[in-house]
Amino acid sequence: MGRITPLLWLLFSAGGTVAALLFPVHLFLTGLAFPLGWLEAPSYEFLHRLVTHPLIRLYLFVLISLPLFHWAHRFRYTLYDGLQLKHLTELIAVLCYGAAVLGTAMSVYLLWNLS
Amino acid sequence: MSAGPRYTLYHPRWYRRRVSVWWWLQNRSYTGFVLRELTSVFVAFFAMVSLWQLRALAQGPETYGRFLARLGTPLFLALDTIAFLSVLFHAITWFNLTPKAIVLRVGGKRVPDWVIVGSNYAAWLVLSGAVAVVLLRG
Repeated sequence: MGRITPLLWLLFSAGGTVAALLFPVHLFLTGLAFPLGWLEAPSYEFLHRLVTHPLIRLYLFVLISLPLFHWAHRFRYTLYDGLQLKHLTELIAVLCYGAAVLGTAMSVYLLWNLS
Repeated sequence: MSAGPRYTLYHPRWYRRRVSVWWWLQNRSYTGFVLRELTSVFVAFFAMVSLWQLRALAQGPETYGRFLARLGTPLFLALDTIAFLSVLFHAITWFNLTPKAIVLRVGGKRVPDWVIVGSNYAAWLVLSGAVAVVLLRG
């Protein structure tokens, strides 16, 4: 565990930066402005064409995977400190990072197979 | 005396005063800290929504239509409102903290905090605008 800690910190801060820079606008548009009709939502055809572009796929991979590792890292420490679960260190770490790895694998699978 | 002290992460036999699970509600800055940490839950939530959206896009227009209909339900509108406020809180605290995490030096002089914070907000504005321009074109 000790040897990969610097890597986990790096993923945490990279993911935190991606989430800070890009999540507010995406969430506002996709989660609120489009469903509530404040702004006109892009069509299925347009979005489908967009996400099959290689650069957009790369963008979406970064957009989904790094913030998941940010969550894993932060949530892990929230559970330790907030709920005082220090004795479950390993189990929590495996569950949190495992979920982030799983989500990343799912994004790779989906983005790879999009056609 | 060559061997340094040995640190352990957790030592169940030492005496520790019991602290309530709600310790962070007793002080405003502790509450802010825990709320900031909990924003990560909504970061993960939106990453999952994006995965779900990708899967719907891959499966065709009907599935995508159902995805859109789900996003319009009160449950998802409520969740997305909380999530939006959370990621906004995350972004602001994250940008304001960067000068504490990164000390930049240019020509031997430390770059002032406000320059680092300001460039974060500038990047935020530019990127948000770019995403909006692309998505609103379709």
